Amino acid sequence: MAGFLEFDDITKAFGSLRAVDCVSLSIRKGEFFSLLGPSGCGKTTLLRMLAGFEQPDKGRVILDGQDITDIPPNRRKVNTIFQSYALFPHLNVRENIAFGLRVAKRPRKEVDAEVDRMLALIQMEEHAEKKPSLISGGQKQRVAIARALINKPRVLLLDEPLAALDLKLRQRMLIELDLIHDEVGITFLYVTHDQGEAMSLSDRIAVMNNGRIEQIGTPAEIYEMPRSSFVAAFIGDTNFFEGQVAELIDTEYSRLTIDGFPDVVCFNDRKMNTGNLVYVSIRPEKFRISREQPQGGGRVNQVRGVVEDVIYLGAQTKYWVRVQQYLIAVNQQHSRFLLDQKPITWKDEVWVSWFADDGFMLDRYSETDEQLIQLPPEEVGDDPGQEPQADEA
Amino acid sequence: MKRSRIPLYTTCLVLLFFYLPIAVLVINSFNASKFGGGWGGFSLRWYRELIDQREIWHALRNTLVIAFSATALSVVLGTSAAFALHRFTGRLQRLHYTLIYTPLVVPDILMGMSLLLFFVALSAQLSLLTIFLAHVTFCISYVAMVVLARLQDFDFSIVEAAQDLGANWWTAAWRVLLPMLAPGIGAGALLAFTLSIDDFVISFFVAGPGSTTLPIRIYSMIKHGSPPLINALSVLLLVITFVLVWFSQKLTEEKIK
Repeated sequence: MAGFLEFDDITKAFGSLRAVDCVSLSIRKGEFFSLLGPSGCGKTTLLRMLAGFEQPDKGRVILDGQDITDIPPNRRKVNTIFQSYALFPHLNVRENIAFGLRVAKRPRKEVDAEVDRMLALIQMEEHAEKKPSLISGGQKQRVAIARALINKPRVLLLDEPLAALDLKLRQRMLIELDLIHDEVGITFLYVTHDQGEAMSLSDRIAVMNNGRIEQIGTPAEIYEMPRSSFVAAFIGDTNFFEGQVAELIDTEYSRLTIDGFPDVVCFNDRKMNTGNLVYVSIRPEKFRISREQPQGGGRVNQVRGVVEDVIYLGAQTKYWVRVQQYLIAVNQQHSRFLLDQKPITWKDEVWVSWFADDGFMLDRYSETDEQLIQLPPEEVGDDPGQEPQADEA
Repeated sequence: MKRSRIPLYTTCLVLLFFYLPIAVLVINSFNASKFGGGWGGFSLRWYRELIDQREIWHALRNTLVIAFSATALSVVLGTSAAFALHRFTGRLQRLHYTLIYTPLVVPDILMGMSLLLFFVALSAQLSLLTIFLAHVTFCISYVAMVVLARLQDFDFSIVEAAQDLGANWWTAAWRVLLPMLAPGIGAGALLAFTLSIDDFVISFFVAGPGSTTLPIRIYSMIKHGSPPLINALSVLLLVITFVLVWFSQKLTEEKIK
């Protein structure tokens, strides 16, 4: 079934660089859809092709059944919120918001009524006569939203709209954006490099890298079931282990060998065969860490290691545990009063365990993705250069 | 702690150096004595005589006609040149830039001579038209440089925003681009206007009979020995200049508010 907004096999190159490479994407009506990826991944280029500022070299852009690829930006029923807001500095807030309707030559009375309604929506009535240079960043942001929404676009495009705001303001605008989306009910296409923004706002996310889409899914799908090592490393933190499928236990689980580990059981949703080389990715918060050996079981894996680094964060603690050649990142949530237990600290020998369902196997893997993983800070702990002696369990 | 007075004295000296000659000129314009050597009493005689000098007023008219028309044409051409320089990139653009930039550094006397030779080669009659063309040639460069500087730190996403909101290219240019570039274009125009009004060297070469401009007129008056009249004329020009400066400052102040 064709979606409300379709990118059909889009390619766009700048010189020898393929900014967008054979991207197809289907977005539903009313959806809050995010394009997420590092800078230079092609997400902004894709957005600009929808807005009409760039022409694809190949492929079509289809909005509500109509091919808009060759329509100029001013005749597309989409509006953009620019990263720099791009408010007109020589016009005041009211005139900025009215711009779209003025250009469309709508009757003055109607324009005034619409602008008043928008000013009320963004709660900027008392600033209506001010020039953009006199209002704050958050207010500029709201004016930019009102100015785009007044044209009743079919799709609202947001190009890193919160990047220029400080953290507190960003969190507030995040909530406001969500409320506005619920209120106006139009389709939002949101471009960001900030996974937090994308995760908290979106119905669905497309993760992009090097001009290609790595994965499309809901925030939970993308976090819990990443399809590639890039997605696993870019969204949240993870640990990668190199292994080989040793045995298919049943239709769902496989036994893996990982160098330096006892055999590990892992959920096998990708139907990997015996002998396949795989990469296992496990999120830091899926691990349990304890001094005593935990209760084993068919679906629980456990390894023994030495704590190399500890960062106490209040609600949780981050540990880096050395197991052979791997430095495993573990996040432990403190659901109970911490000081009653004797907290785990540097040099402690610990058990790290996880459920078979919490690991996922990836066949594609790129070394560079490991650089996205958060490493322990240097110069913490005593003598970080020393190799801890990990005992064989 | 007592602050050093040296900066104050330096400032006073510099200002004195700037404005003392002008003050002497203003005082002398009210001097009844013809030879400016001593004070012959307060008089408005030179101003009265100035009004009867038809040749001066004719020269002033010529100067203003040329200044206004040369400014108008060079603003249009110079702004277009700035856009062309900013918008397109290519190997020839560097040459283009150099060609536009060169008239700023070429000595006036060279410009004047080459223009004269050029007009003679075309066997064009030297007239107001030749002065006008000469002025346009060097004013274009100034306007282009000033507007280009403005364009270089212009955020073009604002024009994209206008198009995104439904404006076609011309509407966007008219309602957004032009108002935002107006200060730059205005500054370029003012510069062109002042340069045209007081240009002597180039005008001297390409002026023909009956197309005397004010600077040339003043020069020949000094030659024929009527300095008191020139004093009076200079004071009038001074007053006009101050009014213009005050006016332009007023304009920029309102921009800031």
